[in-house]
Amino acid sequence: MTTSVAPPLALRPRPQVCRACGALHEPAPIAVCEQCLGPLDPVFDAARVLPTRDAIAARPWSLWRYREWLPFDGEPVLSLDTGGTPLVEAPRLAARLGVARVWVKNDAVSHPSLSFKDRVVATAINAAAAFGLDTIGCASTGNLANAVAAQAARAGLKAWIFIPEDLENAKIVGTAVYGARLIRVRGHYDDVNRLCAQVADEFGWGIVNVNLRGYYGEGSKTFAFEIAEQLGWRLPTAVVAPMAGGSLVTKLRKGFREFSAAGLVSGGAPRIFGAQASGCAPIVRLVRENADAIQPVVPHTLARSIAIGNPADGLFAKRAIIESGGWAAAVSDTELVAGIRLLAEAAGIFTETAGGVTVAAALALAAEGRFSPDDEVVLCITGNGLKTVDAVAPVLPQAPLIAPRVAEVRALVKAADAPTVKESL
Amino acid sequence: MSITLQLPAVLAKLADGRRSLEVQGSTLGDVVADVAARFPGLAPRLRDAAGKPYPFVTFYVNDDDARLSGGFAASVRDGDEIIVVPAIAGG
Repeated sequence: MTTSVAPPLALRPRPQVCRACGALHEPAPIAVCEQCLGPLDPVFDAARVLPTRDAIAARPWSLWRYREWLPFDGEPVLSLDTGGTPLVEAPRLAARLGVARVWVKNDAVSHPSLSFKDRVVATAINAAAAFGLDTIGCASTGNLANAVAAQAARAGLKAWIFIPEDLENAKIVGTAVYGARLIRVRGHYDDVNRLCAQVADEFGWGIVNVNLRGYYGEGSKTFAFEIAEQLGWRLPTAVVAPMAGGSLVTKLRKGFREFSAAGLVSGGAPRIFGAQASGCAPIVRLVRENADAIQPVVPHTLARSIAIGNPADGLFAKRAIIESGGWAAAVSDTELVAGIRLLAEAAGIFTETAGGVTVAAALALAAEGRFSPDDEVVLCITGNGLKTVDAVAPVLPQAPLIAPRVAEVRALVKAADAPTVKESL
Repeated sequence: MSITLQLPAVLAKLADGRRSLEVQGSTLGDVVADVAARFPGLAPRLRDAAGKPYPFVTFYVNDDDARLSGGFAASVRDGDEIIVVPAIAGG
C-alpha cells in the first residue's frame, strides 16, 4: 500500500516585461523582447502578500528567505542553501575612508563556489528546472563558470561553460572539477558572450546569463536585502560595488528600493558607487563624462572577472548610479592589488581582483571627497582571493627560511619593524 | 561571393524564416538599408526611425563588434559575415 503526499506547489517562473517598450511576455527561457529586442525583466504580482520582518527572520538563512521578491511563484527546488553571507564591520577601513562606519558584505565565502555569482545561478537554475531544460551554461569570466558548474553538478543537470582563453588557472580548475563541459574561446569575454548568445539561439540550452537572464539577474537583489537585514532593517548611506556588465549596481538599487517600498527598512536609499579597473572602464566613462552611449573597449587589466568591454547593462548602471546620487571610479592594476592587500590586512578578508578594484575605488572616491564623515558605507566584495593568487603573490614579501633555532627567530623579531602595506598605501 | 547576414531566431521570423541572408553593400549601413528594403518588417528592428543603431542590437563583422570600427559606417566586402545579436548578456 502506498500513501500519496501532496507535492509542493511546483515552481513557476513569473512573466516578463520589456524594459524598453513594455511588451508583456509569458514565462519562457527568453531574455529579449520579440517586439523591439529590448531586455526583459520579470514582473511581480503587485497584490502578493509580503512577509513581515519577523516572518523573514524566522526563515532559513539563505537567499530564499526573500522569495516574495524573487521571480517565481511556488517553492524553489534547487540550491536552497545559497546566500546568507557575513556582513563584517571594518573600523580601520572606515578610518582610511574618513567615514563613520564601513562594513564588508563578504560574498568571498558564498556557498557553494565562493562568489556572488552563486546567488544569480541559484535563481537561474530554478528557472531552468521549471522550464524543463536539462542543460545549462554560461559565458563567464570565471566566477560564474564556477557557480554554474557546481550548482549544475548538484542538480544533476548538464553544463556547457564558455570562458575566455586567458582565465586564471584556479577558475578553470574550479569549473572543470565539477564535470562540466568547459570550452575555452579565443578572444575576450565579449567574444565569448556573443558566441553564447548564438549558442542559446541554436541549441535551446538555458544559458543563465543569456536566455535566462531575467530570472538570473533578480538573484542579485538578495545582496541588497541581506545588507539591509544585517544592519538591523536599515539602509547604509553609501554602497560601493564592482561593475562588469553593470547589472549588480542596478539590482542593488532595485533591491534597496523594494525593501523601502515594502516598509521593511528605515533610512533613505543609499548612494550607489561603481568601481572598474582603468583598463576596462566603459561604465565609469559613461558616468564621469555623462555620455549617452557605451563605447566598447578591449580590456587590458588584471581584473579579469570584471573585464567586460561591452557591458550590456552599462546605460542602466549609469542611470542607477546617477539617480542614487552616487558616482564611479576606475583604478589601476597597481591600485587594485594594493586594495586586495588593504582589505586583507585591515579586515581579514582575502578577495580577488574585483574586490581589490572595489576597495581601491572606495579610496579614490574618498580622496575625491565623495563621502562625508557621517557616511555608513558598505563595500560589496564579490569573490574570493584564492581564485586569483597570481595577482597579488608577486608583491607579497618572501617568507624567510630559517633553521629550527630560537636565535634565528630572535633576529627576525628584531628586524620586524619594516613598514607594512598599511603604512605604505 | 557575397556578404552573409546571420539573424537570431527572434528576427528570422521577420525575414521569411531565414536565419541567413545574402546581402549587398560597401558599409554596414548599406547592408542594413538593403535588408530593410527587402524585409520591411525587419527594418525597425535593426535601426531606429533616424536610421541609427539601437543600443540593444549589436552587429559583428567577421566576429568583431562593428562599433569598434565605425558602427554603420564600418566597411564590409565580399566574403564578410555579419552577425546580429541582441545585446542582452554579460557579467
